[in-house]
Amino acid sequence: MDQLAILQVGLKHFLFLAALLFALGTYTVLTRRNAVGVLIGVELVLNAANINLVAFSHYVTGGLAGHVFALFVIVIAAAEAAIALAIVLSIFQNFKTIDATKIDVMRN
Amino acid sequence: MSPVADVFEIIRLSDQVWFLFATLAVVGGAGAAFSRNLVYSAFALLAALFGVAALFAWLSADYLAITQLIVYVGGILVLFLFAVMLTNRITEVEGSNPIVGYKPAAAVSLGVFGMLAYVAVSTDWKTLPVTSRFETTAPIGDMLLSTYLLPFEILSVVILGALVGAVVMARKEMKN
Repeated sequence: MDQLAILQVGLKHFLFLAALLFALGTYTVLTRRNAVGVLIGVELVLNAANINLVAFSHYVTGGLAGHVFALFVIVIAAAEAAIALAIVLSIFQNFKTIDATKIDVMRN
Repeated sequence: MSPVADVFEIIRLSDQVWFLFATLAVVGGAGAAFSRNLVYSAFALLAALFGVAALFAWLSADYLAITQLIVYVGGILVLFLFAVMLTNRITEVEGSNPIVGYKPAAAVSLGVFGMLAYVAVSTDWKTLPVTSRFETTAPIGDMLLSTYLLPFEILSVVILGALVGAVVMARKEMKN
């Protein structure tokens, strides 16, 4: 059964999954030209971090400190999304676009 | 007995459920990352958030799972959809999510993924023996009002300021 140990879910599975979500989020942040798309990538990265916090809390430290920190991360994510989307709307009203590569009035 | 059925007998049912949730999260994340349509991207993010909430529940973090659903799915995702609809003309929804410079971005994210996955797999983590499920909601409430009172209060002020600031920034300027 040794070759099937990989199918018994443990901490490493969670860390691997979180790494995958983090990489997908990084890719989204780096490639999107639409500012809302960039924010979707940020949410993926924050979720990957949350998975790690809760998995470590469950498998390594015990207790609930990881849960509380994940809760704080969720609240910060909510504040970030509200502020960032307000900025996006404000930019759209002023520039009529939210293409992040075209908002360059301060260049030169 | 066929080999496939054999494998399914060996994997515990809870682990099969885990792989289902993990697939949901990864497929949602991949859809959010690779879709060319911003609305599809937002709905793929919905699938990823559901998957992550289910994984929280799998880890017996029930309070966090419900919070994830209420705050992310009920709040943040709706905010995203509003932003998408307010900043794109409906006729331009197709191809509204162009990508730029995907080769260096793919290299960077593959490098990050390789490093994190290598550390995750190769490290000999000191794990606890598996504990039975225990109540989380009431202890989290106790911790928020005792050990973590100061960060909790600071966070309350931060989110109040953020929401007021969001309203101030997003409203239209009144022209006299």
